[in-house]
Amino acid sequence: MWRDLRLVAAKDLRIEQRSRVLTTQVAPFALMVLILFAFALDPDRGILESASPGLFWVTVLFVSLSAVQRSFAIEVADGGRDLLRLSGLEPAAIFLGKALALAVQLAVLEVLLFAGVVVLYGTDLKAGGVALALATAVTATIGLATAGTLYGALAAGLRVRDTLLPLLLLPILTPVLLGCTRAFEAALGTTVGTPISDGWPWVALLVLFALVYTAGGAVAFGPLLEDA
Amino acid sequence: MSPTATMSPEPGSGSPRRPSVLSTGTRATRILGILVLLAFGWLALFGLVFSPRDEVQKDWVRFLYLHVGSIFVSYMAFGVTACASALYLWKRTRSLVWDRVAGASAEIGVLFLCITLMTGSLWGKGTWGVYWTWDARLTTTALLLVLFIGYLALRAVDGDREVRAKRAAIAGLVAAADIPIVNQAINWWRTLHQGRTFRILGEATIDGLMLFSVFVALIAFALLYVWLMIHRLRVAQMEEYLEAKGLEVAIAERLAEADPVTTP
Repeated sequence: MWRDLRLVAAKDLRIEQRSRVLTTQVAPFALMVLILFAFALDPDRGILESASPGLFWVTVLFVSLSAVQRSFAIEVADGGRDLLRLSGLEPAAIFLGKALALAVQLAVLEVLLFAGVVVLYGTDLKAGGVALALATAVTATIGLATAGTLYGALAAGLRVRDTLLPLLLLPILTPVLLGCTRAFEAALGTTVGTPISDGWPWVALLVLFALVYTAGGAVAFGPLLEDA
Repeated sequence: MSPTATMSPEPGSGSPRRPSVLSTGTRATRILGILVLLAFGWLALFGLVFSPRDEVQKDWVRFLYLHVGSIFVSYMAFGVTACASALYLWKRTRSLVWDRVAGASAEIGVLFLCITLMTGSLWGKGTWGVYWTWDARLTTTALLLVLFIGYLALRAVDGDREVRAKRAAIAGLVAAADIPIVNQAINWWRTLHQGRTFRILGEATIDGLMLFSVFVALIAFALLYVWLMIHRLRVAQMEEYLEAKGLEVAIAERLAEADPVTTP
């Protein structure tokens, strides 16, 4: 199980290391979204800074969509799905492996994006909020990666997957966006009068979301993989 | 008449058998249809004539009957979708009947949810002065609509019948499991920001006749749901039959075409 998981995750990361699609296409796209927000909201009046938790996580959501699509595009090409089925790896391990690889890639993109938000929007992280911000990012990334992998598998192989995936995935991810944004607002202190402790219940919600989708995905992935 | 009475119990695979009726209407459904019409007539009478105007909401309160009736039925319909999805996924009860039930129920649920949101917006414009407010319940309802529109979009993708059914059942169950989390998140979101400003119904006093009219609406909408379900299920069954039959006919024609060549 663990060996299978590591194999699948390492495979996905190796493909990314060689093809560099996320670094050369998705990361610049994310940067562009940050710049677009500055065009849409007046950068001089402090709106960007006070809205930065929300803008950051909306951008992460967009980036996750691209990353999920990429994660399953590499399986569909050259009949990768059939090979995965033939490989005899455990479906739950394949699911967790792909989710892990996705989570690692998302984490890297989030670090880059956060640096972008700090530089472009003037957001700063206070010492007291670091733990909360880290806990939020970790749990949210696991939730995004597991729900994304489950829905990516659901839509993979369909001719309309590129248009269908956002419609299916975004409503499901609403609790993640809400949770992350509120927790980040508390951690960064962008809303006046919100103590840091207000953020922790949201982290609990994110943990619940991550658990539900990790378990659900591990169970459902086998049946989903069967129908190529 | 129960919707499954006219369905041929089919195993998970194989071509669909000929439906026992080749029309969506039978005597039973016509009687049911008349009952639905009567129930809505009754509702119109109570909702528009007998029930009193509200002191604060004036005549706008009459939207309530459609609003409550339709939301009640759409929640019930999504519940049916979730149960039918689970029954399809469970190997011992796997049957395409459950897949059709799930799909038909979700379609009707989405229809009624649209009615709920529309009547709610009009009522809101009349009493609050705005079509929409970011109230927890409103936001959850809007998300529920998008969630199930996505589910229907997934169902509409063509492909192998069995594969499609399994995929839809998983999506239906995941969507249903997501609803409590969405609900919790949105409730927190609104309560952390501000207290609930509006209440849909005054908690303490509701006029007896109003309550009775709401009750009439529930019956009318529930009957309409059953009537729509039976018809939608029969249409689905016939569609599948036609699909399978169409292929057989095409093969037969093709063979007939090839015949003269093989026999000189």
